[in-house]
Amino acid sequence: MLTTLLLRVSPRRAGAVVERNVLVHRRGWVVLASGFFEPLLYLLSLGIGLGALVGRVPFAGESVAYPVFLAPAMLAVQAMNAALTETTFNVFGKLKYMRLYDAVLATPVTPLELALGEIGWCLARSGLYSGAFLGLMALLGLTPSGWAILAWPAAVLIGFAFAALGMALTTFLRSWQDFDYVMIIMMVMFMFAGTFTPLGAYPAWARPLVELTPLYHGVTITRGLSLGHLDLAMLGHAAYLVGCCILGLWVAARRLGRLLQP
Amino acid sequence: MRMIGCVSPPSAGSLHILGLDAATHGPAIRSRLGVVPQQDSLDVELSLAENLTVYARYFGIPRQVARDRAAELLKFVQLADRADSKVEPLSGGMKRRLTIARALVNEPDLVLLDEPTTGLDPQARHLVWERLYRLKQRGVTLVLTTHYMDEAEQLCDRLVVMDAGRIVAEGSPSQLIARYSSREVVELRFGLDDLAGPAGAELVKALEPLADRIEALPDRLLLYTDDGDAATAAVAARSIEPTSVLVRRSTLEDVFLHLTGRTLVD
Repeated sequence: MLTTLLLRVSPRRAGAVVERNVLVHRRGWVVLASGFFEPLLYLLSLGIGLGALVGRVPFAGESVAYPVFLAPAMLAVQAMNAALTETTFNVFGKLKYMRLYDAVLATPVTPLELALGEIGWCLARSGLYSGAFLGLMALLGLTPSGWAILAWPAAVLIGFAFAALGMALTTFLRSWQDFDYVMIIMMVMFMFAGTFTPLGAYPAWARPLVELTPLYHGVTITRGLSLGHLDLAMLGHAAYLVGCCILGLWVAARRLGRLLQP
Repeated sequence: MRMIGCVSPPSAGSLHILGLDAATHGPAIRSRLGVVPQQDSLDVELSLAENLTVYARYFGIPRQVARDRAAELLKFVQLADRADSKVEPLSGGMKRRLTIARALVNEPDLVLLDEPTTGLDPQARHLVWERLYRLKQRGVTLVLTTHYMDEAEQLCDRLVVMDAGRIVAEGSPSQLIARYSSREVVELRFGLDDLAGPAGAELVKALEPLADRIEALPDRLLLYTDDGDAATAAVAARSIEPTSVLVRRSTLEDVFLHLTGRTLVD
């Protein structure tokens, strides 16, 4: 059903939604840049500061320096944070307070085009962060493998998955109070999705839970690429993220239609 | 209104707008409509001109054309000097005018207006009416809902009166007045407390032969008649002495109240 809907999408109309956001943020690029620094601070404080105490961690049969282990995870976290803040906080504001989408859907733009446009904008933005962050990782010598360059598109895929899920989640939020839940979800994933420690370090009962989080799959991909450990399982992780994209998009378009076109 | 705007699906029956089926041609129909919703829903993060150009882009209108139209429309609604200001500091009337300009950005064949002047001061209302009248002159079809009968009288060639979701009357303003009211109305006030009570009933009985129809309200009696002055003279001839007499032309408001009743609908 989603594919038939996707075939009817007009890229020009979805593009117009992106254009609107570009116009708004053309003046506020300082705010844009802020999303770049947060994971960088984590990388410096935890990776390099705490990393000096941690030493080396086991990864795929060898041991790697902690900052090298942590950096690709921060890349994935950054993609997640950028995608979720944009599609939850900002989209909620436009949906419920600015009532922007009511006006948009009175034009030929459809709910799916609207969702794709917002996600597209979000990806353009988080893609910029990811590129800059990856460049910085390379500069600091934290990318041992040349495959690391592929961590950029991987980060964009992670962003897409979280943007679609975030968009879907936003349609269920009732008030700003509900954002506490969003914060908790982000925090838990940030802490426990295999970001700071390898999966093997978790107790056996917790591992399936970790494997359920989209961030875990994202981190596994960026880390594998950054460290040059490629295997077929990565395709599985990528498929999981693609699944998140489809599910999120489908729910978001349906719910937006139902909320705004009752 | 939402169904005609192809925003909500038809709840029952079939709906054709501009010759297209609303259920299957939503985007195609919406591309030819202009919508002025009850709440302005303007983009507060953009300037006035950007509000129009961005909106034009949702219709797939090329950038240069969008810019030209925005400038032209801002002039049309007398906001050209505010083109680069933000939406927030605008007055209610200005926001309404901007919303009307936004609805015209795709040069629509049909403009839907949901209570276009509710909450505006008289100056702003008259400016909006004047601009809407000009649009009508240009051949744009306007469909508007309103609670203001003077607005309907000013703007509508044809109107329907709705009561509890049903059409109770249909026609041009003058036709409706001719059909459901008299040419003139005489409003009589007396020093009595409650004219709708027994004291009023006696007066109504005495005045009955003088008018087509008499309505007793708590504060006044309304005599519906074709000749108000003659009725007033007849009242005086019967040595009934009201504290005040007002003769006026019958309006759509009389028609509306007659058709839908005076009880509050909440």
